[in-house]
Amino acid sequence: MNSTIVRRKHATPPVPASPFPYNPGSLLSVMDLSLEGVSRLLARATELDQMDPLVRNRILAKRKVALLFYESSTRTRTSFELAAKALGADTALISSLSSSIEKGETLKDTGLTLRSLGAEAIILRHNASGAAWLLERETRLPVLNAGDGMHEHPTQGLLDLRTILAHLRPGIATVDAETLKGVTVAIVGDILHSRVARSNLLLLPRLGAQVVLCGPKELLPDLAAEAGPGVTVERDFETALGQSQVAMMLRIQAERLAGMQIDLGGYTASYQLTSARLAKFAPKAVVLHPGPIIRGLELTAEVADGPQSAILEQVKNGVAIRMAVVERALTAAEQGGRA
Amino acid sequence: MTALVIRGGHLIDPAAGVDAQKDILLQDGHVAEIAGPGKLKGANGAEALDATGLVVAPGLIDMHVHLREPGQTHKETIATGTAAAAVGGFTAVAAMPNTTPVNDSAETTRWMQAPERGGVVRVFPIAAATRGSKGEAINDYAALKAAGAAAVSDDGHPILKEGVMREALAAAARVGLSIIQHAEDTRMTQTNGTSASMNLGTVSFKLGLRGMAAEAESAIVERDIRLVMELREQRPHLHVAHVSTAATLNAVRQARRNGLRVTCEVAPHHFLLTEEHVGCYDTNAKMNPPLRAAADRDAMIEGILDGVVDAIATDHAPHAIHEKEVEFDRAPNGILGLETALGLSLHWLHAEWKMPLGRVLSLLSAQPAAVLGLKGRGTLAVGSFADVVVFDPKTEWVYRAAESKSKSRNSPFDGWTMQGKVWWTISEGRIAYRAQN
Repeated sequence: MNSTIVRRKHATPPVPASPFPYNPGSLLSVMDLSLEGVSRLLARATELDQMDPLVRNRILAKRKVALLFYESSTRTRTSFELAAKALGADTALISSLSSSIEKGETLKDTGLTLRSLGAEAIILRHNASGAAWLLERETRLPVLNAGDGMHEHPTQGLLDLRTILAHLRPGIATVDAETLKGVTVAIVGDILHSRVARSNLLLLPRLGAQVVLCGPKELLPDLAAEAGPGVTVERDFETALGQSQVAMMLRIQAERLAGMQIDLGGYTASYQLTSARLAKFAPKAVVLHPGPIIRGLELTAEVADGPQSAILEQVKNGVAIRMAVVERALTAAEQGGRA
Repeated sequence: MTALVIRGGHLIDPAAGVDAQKDILLQDGHVAEIAGPGKLKGANGAEALDATGLVVAPGLIDMHVHLREPGQTHKETIATGTAAAAVGGFTAVAAMPNTTPVNDSAETTRWMQAPERGGVVRVFPIAAATRGSKGEAINDYAALKAAGAAAVSDDGHPILKEGVMREALAAAARVGLSIIQHAEDTRMTQTNGTSASMNLGTVSFKLGLRGMAAEAESAIVERDIRLVMELREQRPHLHVAHVSTAATLNAVRQARRNGLRVTCEVAPHHFLLTEEHVGCYDTNAKMNPPLRAAADRDAMIEGILDGVVDAIATDHAPHAIHEKEVEFDRAPNGILGLETALGLSLHWLHAEWKMPLGRVLSLLSAQPAAVLGLKGRGTLAVGSFADVVVFDPKTEWVYRAAESKSKSRNSPFDGWTMQGKVWWTISEGRIAYRAQN
């Protein structure tokens, strides 16, 4: 009697649609972009990359871009800065350890201060998931999410896509829902704490790719398989590798483990990408890594430096993609629509 | 003291079994007389309120609020919190002890009830179950009860240690108080001082936020019920605060079948919203326990409709605007509730889900009064306290957090349509709130 609870269907309050992004130049999530928008950014990245630097640096001449970094960064910060400068923009770098953030200034107040100083767009790296949304709502400026906590890193997703396309679909000009049909991308390692994984698993299936997440339970909960269409979980690394054309290796994010204990010996035995594994299970796969790489942990030095590695290409692609994204940030409003 | 007559209204007093047109005379802070329309004998010269077309009901009782006084008066004071209560039709609120300092003393318990605090409705302090709400040493419950504490709780924190909880249940039973447990196994929800900030599930994974497992709630409730069972000779009363998961509700249901004195409350946000309402990191959708999965929310609806839920309680938890305008994982837990509980309950429970009006009102008055053992409240039987709410059950209106009487604005229900306009809230015979027109 008691075990048969009658399920009544109750109308319940709807979940309101997201008001984000407020600014058409913002890039908070890869989901802010339509596939046409992705195509435009990829095409523009190539154009800007090939453009005469002296012509290119007039595009955003004397426009002001702020880089607001609450976490340390080598690749993302430098490539955003080089990208903005390559277009002629002035950049200002604010990092949490040498600013009033140390004195307790909030993200909102820091953002409003930068806006008053003339910043026309803010590139934000922050250790809290969702920080870019807060900053955009409070400043209404174009905000470029350069990594928010464990959430997203949309320009990384785009530069990874550019790298994957260069290897697997050379010469294509635009992308659509079938561009990566038949392609499987394994994302391996600390998925739980990875914003790179989230941006990629949201973006790549929209182009037809399959994403296989691979890692131990502590770093990859079962429910990750429900994170979106085209996403599956495979615990066995060699099985995942065997079906993949791209192997994206991730670092264990020691700074976000929050007391979690990981047996590194066991981890490397199961999940380290070695030359032997690569040769046996994925001799043609492209090896990606968003960096920073920890040689000898998630991958060996031989693999990182080996012929299948596209890790340094990713870095290079980062500048091209970020030029296109920074340009979009400062021109989308003028063009009166969102990309 | 002046007398007050409410004429022409429809009296709904579930505890007294009244659901009819009645006039009612309030005198000296109590209900003096109830009679058919125009039949009151002692009403001569009393101020009269015309309640034609309106419902007259026992004043609402919110058994779970945070009034932030003493010590956190930038968020709320007893004066502003009770003003918001009166707007919402509440004539009594039970104030949780996580103030600064924690209310773990008879002095603070008395201080909160003093007229100087400016409360416009009755405040029943819930005193801390343990010293400083640290979950280690239990307080002197007899002294707290003598000072007016309606129950004891470490709300905001669980009483985690089994030995302490057992001792607390037994000690509270000896003096006739209930233990209100904030059920959260913090060993599952906190790591190295980092607290999870929403429900654990697909949404938390997608948002990159640390999640609180539903089991962190039900595990403590199941343990506590086991303790109540072990102590059943002493008749302890366990009340589970802000139930948010299906598993917890099932545990309470089972305990009741076993004849144990276990009661529970559900907050409007837990029977209306889900983890999806966190949206893009809306800190007004952050509270503890968090918004849960749709299946849990549906279980709260079922539990209210089938009667296992004893009370609707708001967990009114004001926070200053600047405290909520921060990164999601750094924002404090809690939302406003006093001004929206009746409007949401009438809109959803009554109008949408067809719960009889008397049952909805009972969950908001008679039943919480019974849980807390408040004599003469939650009913309008002759001789009871003159705690009354008079409202139009049909009128729809839109809630604007910016116009709240609370000091704070942190409501996820800003802009929502409410049903049921409160015309008068009367606390012990005095009009605590009167609609502007």
